[in-house]
Amino acid sequence: MKVLVTVKRVIDPYVKVRVKSDGSGVETANIKMTMNPFCEIAVEQAVRMKEAGVVTEIVVVSVGAQQSQETLRTAMAMGADRGILVDAGVDVEPLAVAKLLKAIIAKENPQLVITGKQAIDDDSNQTGQMISALMGWPQATFISTITVNGDTADVTREIDGGLEKLTIKLPAVVTSDLRLNEPRYVTLPNIMKAKKKPMEVIKPDALGVDVTPRLKVLKVQEPPSRSAGVKVADVKELVAKLKNEARVI
Amino acid sequence: MSIYNAPLKDMHFALHEIAGLSEVLSLPGFEDVTPELVAAVLSEAGKFAREVLDPLNRTGDTIGARLENGVVTAPEGYRAAYAKFIEAGWNGLGADPAYGGQGLPHTVAMVVQEIWNSANMSFCLAPMLTSGVLEALRHHASPEQHALFSPKLTAGEWSGTMNLTEPQAGSDLSAVRTQAVRQGGHYLLRGTKIFITWGEHDMSENIVHLVLARTPDAPEGVKGISLFIVPKFLLGADGSAGERNDVKCVSIERKLGIHASPTCVLSYGEDKGAVGHLVGEENRGLEYMFTMMNHARLGVGVEGVGLAERAYQHALEYAKTRVQGRVMTKMRGQPSGDRVTIIHHPDVKRMLLSMKAQTEAMRALAYTAGAALDKARRHPDPAEKRRSQALVDLLTPIVKGWCTEQGVEVASTGMQVHGGMGFVEETGAAQYLRDARITTIYEGTTGIQANDLVGRKVAFEKGATAMALIAEMRALDAPLAALGADFSAARSNFTAAIDSLESATLWVVDTYSQSPNAVAAVAVPYLKLFGAVAGAWVMARSAIVAREKLKAPESDREFLTAKMNTARFYAEHILPQARAHADTVITGSASVLALEEAQF
Repeated sequence: MKVLVTVKRVIDPYVKVRVKSDGSGVETANIKMTMNPFCEIAVEQAVRMKEAGVVTEIVVVSVGAQQSQETLRTAMAMGADRGILVDAGVDVEPLAVAKLLKAIIAKENPQLVITGKQAIDDDSNQTGQMISALMGWPQATFISTITVNGDTADVTREIDGGLEKLTIKLPAVVTSDLRLNEPRYVTLPNIMKAKKKPMEVIKPDALGVDVTPRLKVLKVQEPPSRSAGVKVADVKELVAKLKNEARVI
Repeated sequence: MSIYNAPLKDMHFALHEIAGLSEVLSLPGFEDVTPELVAAVLSEAGKFAREVLDPLNRTGDTIGARLENGVVTAPEGYRAAYAKFIEAGWNGLGADPAYGGQGLPHTVAMVVQEIWNSANMSFCLAPMLTSGVLEALRHHASPEQHALFSPKLTAGEWSGTMNLTEPQAGSDLSAVRTQAVRQGGHYLLRGTKIFITWGEHDMSENIVHLVLARTPDAPEGVKGISLFIVPKFLLGADGSAGERNDVKCVSIERKLGIHASPTCVLSYGEDKGAVGHLVGEENRGLEYMFTMMNHARLGVGVEGVGLAERAYQHALEYAKTRVQGRVMTKMRGQPSGDRVTIIHHPDVKRMLLSMKAQTEAMRALAYTAGAALDKARRHPDPAEKRRSQALVDLLTPIVKGWCTEQGVEVASTGMQVHGGMGFVEETGAAQYLRDARITTIYEGTTGIQANDLVGRKVAFEKGATAMALIAEMRALDAPLAALGADFSAARSNFTAAIDSLESATLWVVDTYSQSPNAVAAVAVPYLKLFGAVAGAWVMARSAIVAREKLKAPESDREFLTAKMNTARFYAEHILPQARAHADTVITGSASVLALEEAQF
């Protein structure tokens, strides 16, 4: 079966993020970027399923700026077969991303779509769910295991109370959680091979999707820095402070 | 404890703007290598270094390699890391595609080596030696030997070692005594080799020792030394590792640094003789070894760069988090300012800048030598090929000698930034200094490099390449003048330093023919002089390029203005030492030679 995996280019998690001086967003120019770690897990899962003989083709898709081609190449070095970039710039909201992906999915016709559960830049946690709704497909979010059995898949979801086991009908959308797998290190020979794999670049217009933002960012600012803690004498004082000063109980 | 992040932006800047990567990539054989590919390789190498190698550096230092019953065990985690390293194919990065290598340019391999060295120098000595063995085999091994050894070494399934030193034969290899006696199709070796890095360990299936030894009727001295391949496990009929050869590790050294890397005493032929295979012809071993010497020496220079970078990152993180003292700008009689992180103190900033400036200069110079090596090997124009070979020959002792000496100094400054906390092992600053200390010693001490520079390189060709380089340096005066008043001191320092280098070079050329001893007495100051000025040359070019790039509207201002300022700092704080070195070179040899042995 064919799998479609989505990947997003985000600020490298080891970089200290800074707010732009005009408060319009965070600084992304000239900063090291990398594949969103949850997307990396999604790609790894598809590659493992291909190695296990369950999957025949992996198409990896990114919505973003031209530089996202690097991210797609990394996914192809991990083992994806070909890449599609929807060249839509950086500020695309989840709904627009989901609509673009819907158009691609309609063309590609995969049996399974794997997305990361969220991207570490804006932490929206929406795209997978929106694709599912737009396609009218079953969804299983935050998965930590997946086994495909013919036209269904058994998955384990990581939920607040523990683990939830579900069987979903294919085609479906799943979103990867941290414990689904540990992504491999890309090998040097595969980096070299990846640059010869096919890459298609599509404009949003060609997919008939309007990507104009619907939300307005008023201001982005650093969270207030933490002030020093205080020592309390006993539990009674702690409870009193939580009640009267912090007002959390 | 800091986390290593490969300084990719700085590396790309040095690669593209100073070393001239595009010219390297246009050489025949590199048609498939694009800048995007290089960027992907460096980015993935940085990730591997950060996540796999760097976290093992500290534990490797604390635990160290262990020897029990002739078996050497690498520190915990190293075996698994090595397996990941070879599985990811990093071992064959610069190796010949004919044996499964990726054949990437030497220039690129050098950047990746810097990354490994920053993260974990002890670890990367193993693959570095393997590539040294491959390099030696490349030119001199028979097709049969290649078939047996090169693919496994390229993959890293087998690792390699260099066996030169013996207790009585250190820098002077003419004293090598290990015996090799021909027996049928092979030789039997007997003798003791010392200082064999990763000479015995449990990370690879087999170890391929390259050993210098003498055949019974060989002439005395360096012309009687042959080169042998001695595998730890003899090869079965199918080429796989079989029965144990008669070579064993009898001890490993306790040493100041690189604790994770076992430095072995290897005993050959205690029992029936160690089976060895002759490489090339008898008595030409040293000559064969020298063909890989440039390669290995540049590699050690890169160790200096890698450790300097790592020590800098470590000190920088400490300086940005350690709160101590208050800002000095408050006026007397007013309440003192807030307590600040120590990077706000001018002297700490000065130390950090000296680390940054020296590291950037060393890096750009090393990559420049790497690019010259690629051009020397592959340039289609014979004149350009010769010119590049002359440049790499000249730069090799400088990159080896100067980058390692500066590496020690930078690591030492890194400790100084930490204050008393740096002297304490817990902060990790001391390890970089201890690890760096070997780099000025092995693969030819700084003294050996300096003798090579003044003798075989500068005096031998009457200073031709050095003078050509000096002319290139002088050509930067006009673009430096265009940088404006901020750079006027830097510019005049640069001119004065070039004058110093020129007069010292003329002195070396003039003096060497009558009194090589006088030159040898001040060879190290000459090497340091050359390094300081060559460093200024690449830093001046950095500043000029950065100013040019700043004209673009979307330029990376923060990065580029820092590049300019760092170059200026170099010219104002580091470069003035050049003059002092030149004075020592020109006036200082007599006092060295005057004192008799008995007077010491």
